[in-house]
Amino acid sequence: MNEMTKIETTLKDWETDQEVRWCPGCGDYAILKAVQRTLPQLGCDPSNTVFISGIGCSSRFPYYMETYGFHTIHGRAPAVATGVKLANPDLDIWLVTGDGDGLSIGGNHMMHVLRRNVNMQIMLFNNEIYGLTKGQASPTSREGTKSPSTPLGSYDHPARPCAFALGAGARFVARGFDVSKNLPDVLKAAHAHQGAAFIEIFQNCIVYNKDVFDDFAAPKGAGDRQLWLEQGQPMLFGDPKTGLDKGIALDTEALALKVVDVVDGDWQSAGVLVHDVTNRAVAHMLVEMPFGPFPMALGVLYDDPRPTFEEGVIEERGRSVAGKDVNLARLLAKGQTWTVEASEGHPVD
Amino acid sequence: MATLAAETPNNAAAAAPDAVVVRFAGDSGDGMQLTGGQFTLSTALAGNDLATFPDFPAEIRAPQGTLFGVSAFQINFGSREINTAGDAPDVLVAMNPAALKVNLPSLKPGGLVIIDTGEFTKRNLDKAKYDVSPLDDGSLAKWDVLAFDISALTIEAVKPFGLGNKDALRSKNMWTLGLALWMFDRPRGPIEDWLKAKFKTKPDIANANIAALNAGHAYGETAELSGPLKQLHMPPIHTAPGLYRTITGAEAISLGLVAGAQLAGLKMFFGGYPITPASAILHHLARLKEFGVTTFQAEDEIAAICAAIGASYAGQLGITSSSGPGIALKTEAMGLAIMTELPLVIVNSQRGGPSTGLPTKTEQSDLYQAVYGRNGDAPMPVVSCNSPGDAFECAIEACRIAVQYMTPVMLLTDGYIANAAEPWMVPDPDSFAPFPAKFLTEKNALNADGSETLLPYKRDAKGARPWIKPGTPGLMHRIGGIEKQVDTGHIDYAPDNHQAMTDARVNKVLDIAVPDQEVALGGTSGKLVVVGWGSTYGPIRRAVDNSRRKGLDVSHIHVRHIWPLPKNLGPLLRGFENVLVPEMNTGQFKTVLRDQFLVDATPLTKTSGQPFAITELEAAIGKYFDNIEGNEGGDVAVNETQLPSPEAEV
Repeated sequence: MNEMTKIETTLKDWETDQEVRWCPGCGDYAILKAVQRTLPQLGCDPSNTVFISGIGCSSRFPYYMETYGFHTIHGRAPAVATGVKLANPDLDIWLVTGDGDGLSIGGNHMMHVLRRNVNMQIMLFNNEIYGLTKGQASPTSREGTKSPSTPLGSYDHPARPCAFALGAGARFVARGFDVSKNLPDVLKAAHAHQGAAFIEIFQNCIVYNKDVFDDFAAPKGAGDRQLWLEQGQPMLFGDPKTGLDKGIALDTEALALKVVDVVDGDWQSAGVLVHDVTNRAVAHMLVEMPFGPFPMALGVLYDDPRPTFEEGVIEERGRSVAGKDVNLARLLAKGQTWTVEASEGHPVD
Repeated sequence: MATLAAETPNNAAAAAPDAVVVRFAGDSGDGMQLTGGQFTLSTALAGNDLATFPDFPAEIRAPQGTLFGVSAFQINFGSREINTAGDAPDVLVAMNPAALKVNLPSLKPGGLVIIDTGEFTKRNLDKAKYDVSPLDDGSLAKWDVLAFDISALTIEAVKPFGLGNKDALRSKNMWTLGLALWMFDRPRGPIEDWLKAKFKTKPDIANANIAALNAGHAYGETAELSGPLKQLHMPPIHTAPGLYRTITGAEAISLGLVAGAQLAGLKMFFGGYPITPASAILHHLARLKEFGVTTFQAEDEIAAICAAIGASYAGQLGITSSSGPGIALKTEAMGLAIMTELPLVIVNSQRGGPSTGLPTKTEQSDLYQAVYGRNGDAPMPVVSCNSPGDAFECAIEACRIAVQYMTPVMLLTDGYIANAAEPWMVPDPDSFAPFPAKFLTEKNALNADGSETLLPYKRDAKGARPWIKPGTPGLMHRIGGIEKQVDTGHIDYAPDNHQAMTDARVNKVLDIAVPDQEVALGGTSGKLVVVGWGSTYGPIRRAVDNSRRKGLDVSHIHVRHIWPLPKNLGPLLRGFENVLVPEMNTGQFKTVLRDQFLVDATPLTKTSGQPFAITELEAAIGKYFDNIEGNEGGDVAVNETQLPSPEAEV
């Protein structure tokens, strides 16, 4: 879609009269509020907004948004959304999916919606577990996750959503987490991006995978564990009280990232990288940056738009239609034809 | 070759033939489908009625000269009504030993076989598993044989164009076509025009092919003086006056869908994924963008239907198309379209199954899948087309039902209809009644306090819910696959609500207005009715016609609306003592008829990947009448001549 007309709404205008049915304390509540808070700030029009989801806890999201909404089937939301967007490119589409819906049963569709670059915001709620089916290990569950389907601990290697997205050809990749105060800014950046904008949102499943993200999301010590990326700013992190005394630099020999100490704020001499959202090579390193030795990279990791799928479809249609005869009767009579005259022919025996 | 075509009744006077069956058979690289296609065009231009049966291997380039690499194209044409591609050929053109071996068993006794001896090398005979050349061992005695070196004659004919032997031999099919054109007194002009257009940028190739065509034609003139070759002029058939063209089922469905979308006043969104034999529809529609068509080649079958559902949700006419295995993959999404009550047309070009089955062979074995094949009580209308020309109207009918009733509709066709061609009287698009889609633009109900509200599942007189495009101001609402509350569409699992919504979905489909069933041929009651659906129309009609000419009290009913069935069909069937249901499956429609009408429908089944032969059906009909000479009753044997020999299925 192109420039939209901004309209005035409040958070209330985006709430439905439906009772929210997530578990008390679920991270989904925080994400819902963040979205409902962000859309009025963007001047979005509820009549022109469509939330499309698959199946799972996250996919109940559309029922709580006073917009158009389509709760589809497991994994297929990207395909449905592609059809919606092609039929009406002016609609503002938000896709809501989870780690199981978007990366397991719907992994193929996720790959292709990103590759094609269909203009929409894709929020993948990653709680590293199947919640709605009562707690089985998911494709993002960490190795060793004990669950009803993996009683001795899982042994398959987890998928990394942002690495998957970038590998599939996404032109916008971002990360946030449910209760983060920065989440609205991430959503705004995604909305501003023309094309498929992929946002991994870590989400706390308080019943089946409680606090699994606390190692970086807990407020205490967050400064040392979170690297919030900002365009044009050095990649610095650390306890804000004592100063941002660490940074991410490039180990040019190993062609890998490394953590460096920053003394007296002199990040330049420490070789700290300045975040360039269009640098795809660095983006590849950021999405693979392991938490533990490194902080968790959050915010907009990559943002470099290119023509969208629907632009291509519209452009091709323009070329196909140019100078063509749009007359059904003539179309039906195309090719080699012959006429049978009323008087001609031989009687049937 | 002056034998009567099998379509004519056995007791008809043996006069000059009013129909002839010709089969062109060669290696899959020999261009037999092209030869057949052009011969079809010349037949149509000559004003004959016709039906064709292209039969080719699933492999794109099967190893040359092998039995499984044989590709054939059969055409039945005549100066009378033609209903099928013919049981057995009168003329067989065999371009190599393998083609001869696979196709000779079908050739009528006394028929003419034209053989390219240039291909009867030791190597090719070995590949065809001939120990001794059939040209030498007397095994062709019961046929007229015209054997000569077409390969050498072709090389000779194209010599002036300086092509290498390999390239020169590629014109062999045009040489053969030239001979066939001479045999049936056809002008070469249209084929020359076509060759010039096809090889516009390669005039040498065009001229070489035209030279080959002319040489084949000239050969006919010369050879007529001696031997079995005779020229036959087939007079045009007396048909309804009007403008005609040839059309394949895939073309007719594509055009019908375009027409259907126009009659609904909608743009069309077509989601597809490559699959044989359904891809042709995607290819046709991809070239019709100027008619408001968007085609989307999805990442898989599921995405193809889901994108079509998304487009329907957004206000276009969503269409998807596939064949058996792909339809199976789309099944869950059909349930979503049923639950969300969105219009959608699903075209199923049936092929032999299960699993990958026989991708290029025809079968009618997806009827259960169409009518019953979904989780939950998931009623869906099913329309089936009976011929390439009929497919146009059926596609419009499927669009009408989808739009008027807010429902997915399955349109059944099959590999035979998709590929076969027949003359088609070009219809006037204005002769079809429009069924404009209506979109809700304002709230459609009142609250208790008199304020306006939106009920996305409020039903109209047809039981259809309103179609509401996202983007419409003020009508925001949510839909999805979870059970909907009556009227409001909110999530609701309550027992009474699910009962009410299940009933509403079932009744909406059952109450769809479909035209009363007509009798295709014969009376509305009597000793026997043969009930068919889909592409068995041609053979059934001809077999019933032949039987009636023998004085048998038999009628033909052919059902287009498989679900819901026409309301009068049950009483109509009960007017007959016997109901025979021939199907290219193990008896699926028979089950539906028994279930719906408690009639004693008797199955006649065939799953050889080949259409029914008229003689098979006539034999089955004869069993019901004890005064038929030579009919001793007993089981109806499948006509062996229709089946490929076992070696052919290596």
